[in-house]
Amino acid sequence: MERVDSLTSAAQVRNLSEPIAFAVMVVVLVIAPFFAYPLFLMQALCFALFACAFNLLIGYVGLLSFGHALYFGWASYLAAHSAKVWGFPPELAILTGAATAAGLGLITGALAIRRQGIYFAMITLALAQMMFFFALQAKFTGGEDGIQAVPRGKLFGFINLGDAMTMYAFVVVIFLAGFLSIHRVIHSPFGEVLKAIRENEPRAISLGYKTDRYKLVAFVLSATLAGVAGATKAIAFQIASLTDVHWTMSGEVVLMTLVGGLGTVFGPVIGAFVIVAMQNYLTVLEQWVSVIQGAIFVACVLLFRRGIIGEIANALRVRL
Amino acid sequence: MFEIFGVPSQALFGQLLLGLINGSFYALLSLGLAVIFGMLNIINFTHGAQYMIGAFTAFFLLQYAGLGYWSALIIAPILVGLTGVVIERAFLQWLYKLDHLYGLLLTFGLALIIEGVFRNYFGASGLPYQMPEALRGGQNLGFMFLPNYRAWVVAASAAVCLATWFVIERTKLGSYLRAATENPTLVRAFGINVPRMITLTYGFGVALAAFAGVMAAPIYNVSPQMGSDLIIVVFAVVVIGGMGSIMGAIVTGFGLGVVEGLTKVFFPEASNTVIFIVMAIVLLIRPAGLFGRGT
Repeated sequence: MERVDSLTSAAQVRNLSEPIAFAVMVVVLVIAPFFAYPLFLMQALCFALFACAFNLLIGYVGLLSFGHALYFGWASYLAAHSAKVWGFPPELAILTGAATAAGLGLITGALAIRRQGIYFAMITLALAQMMFFFALQAKFTGGEDGIQAVPRGKLFGFINLGDAMTMYAFVVVIFLAGFLSIHRVIHSPFGEVLKAIRENEPRAISLGYKTDRYKLVAFVLSATLAGVAGATKAIAFQIASLTDVHWTMSGEVVLMTLVGGLGTVFGPVIGAFVIVAMQNYLTVLEQWVSVIQGAIFVACVLLFRRGIIGEIANALRVRL
Repeated sequence: MFEIFGVPSQALFGQLLLGLINGSFYALLSLGLAVIFGMLNIINFTHGAQYMIGAFTAFFLLQYAGLGYWSALIIAPILVGLTGVVIERAFLQWLYKLDHLYGLLLTFGLALIIEGVFRNYFGASGLPYQMPEALRGGQNLGFMFLPNYRAWVVAASAAVCLATWFVIERTKLGSYLRAATENPTLVRAFGINVPRMITLTYGFGVALAAFAGVMAAPIYNVSPQMGSDLIIVVFAVVVIGGMGSIMGAIVTGFGLGVVEGLTKVFFPEASNTVIFIVMAIVLLIRPAGLFGRGT
């Protein structure tokens, strides 16, 4: 009897692991600005949302997109352009960016899901490179200069985002909203089908699921959320530039997710903080950053494929 | 001098030739990728970096050993191929039982390391490499001027591509290779050392990339980034051609180079993107690729 009790309580802890971790994360985000620079935190949060969006595809559908900078970068361009040139308020500018990413995700996703596995990765990379050249040549993106001095503006017309802490709070709200919506998607019946496709696509097809549609919807969702992240970054940092559409950015988001743990809920967040912290605090080693990132890639693939959160979850035997 | 579609013949054939040259590199690189993928089931993201190392090796050989272009053309692929053998033994051999994606991620990481190290030591700007004495100058063909070196690049890479095709499709060694691609366990049961064959295949694919790098050195500057953008275009070429067929990779490589050259004449703004656009169209019409076999 006692044994059964302890078993059920262990099971309860297991079910509670995600809510507990979520509560810890919220508390950390609330007190963090008293210990770290809000700008650093905002950057990390934008990348964390970006990585979570990317993880929705690789972790839950098994699709490796090597071109996610396309949605992140183009959303940041459109958000910056609409805020600066069209005078959109920040919330509308971010929506414009997200809508751009969704549209691009629909077109490129429909093309990419026509092939599987390794080809999918190469196609997304190639399409992203194509859109990089468009960004380089288009007038409105400002080419090498990017779009600078983007106004942060007033949220809903009365909350001034010029203040660092207010901006931080806004970024936290967007991040949490994005995080929770991904969580909702993963745990919905739709999410279960996605996982079935990841595990065995022919079987899912034989069960009557139109897997291409599921993959496309997941792709568009992922692209849209990546767009929200990019657009928010453009408003918070008041700049949109070629860096964000370049393939190195696509590589970085893969790295963040891999370091944190592919297919874990909190892994991409941790991974984003680790990588952004590395870039910010190891400025002495600036010219070696890409070498270090490459070494982390190699180490992760060879030694710990589960990533930080994956290893922790495995050691504690909980889901995170 | 005459005109074709309102374009002077000099410009048109000049760009066609440039297209064929780019096509030579696409063909050599996508051929290497296809050979490696066939045996290892890994997409070699390091390929662009290895092409770059090939060019740098030629540069070093000239600078420090006084060995010119012709010896570099032989020595550099061997040296870089050996580094490929080391990479396969040290890293790639642990990945064969895992999902394909890990091979892509690992070789991507290696490419970041290699390109980062070269950038730190040699800067972002390129180093010049002298064209070999024998191939300077050119021929006037009447309708266009044909620089000797460019003619050599197209001819040499076509020859290397065809030789590779011949070895793989028409010789005993190639038949072992193709058999090991289809069913490694069975081929092993016949007493053939498949792991060593896999290692050598990777070395050979890498050597092809280095060969392309040496040939590119006199045309483009030798620079740390010379491979990183090129490899993405080559990925698109591979998607268009499909990796199932050796000849397919060669034909697609040269063909797309020509398409790109023509785009430079008639619609220069799109010359950077035309290969990606062709890829999108091919995906719509023939998702498996022009010479592909499913997936």
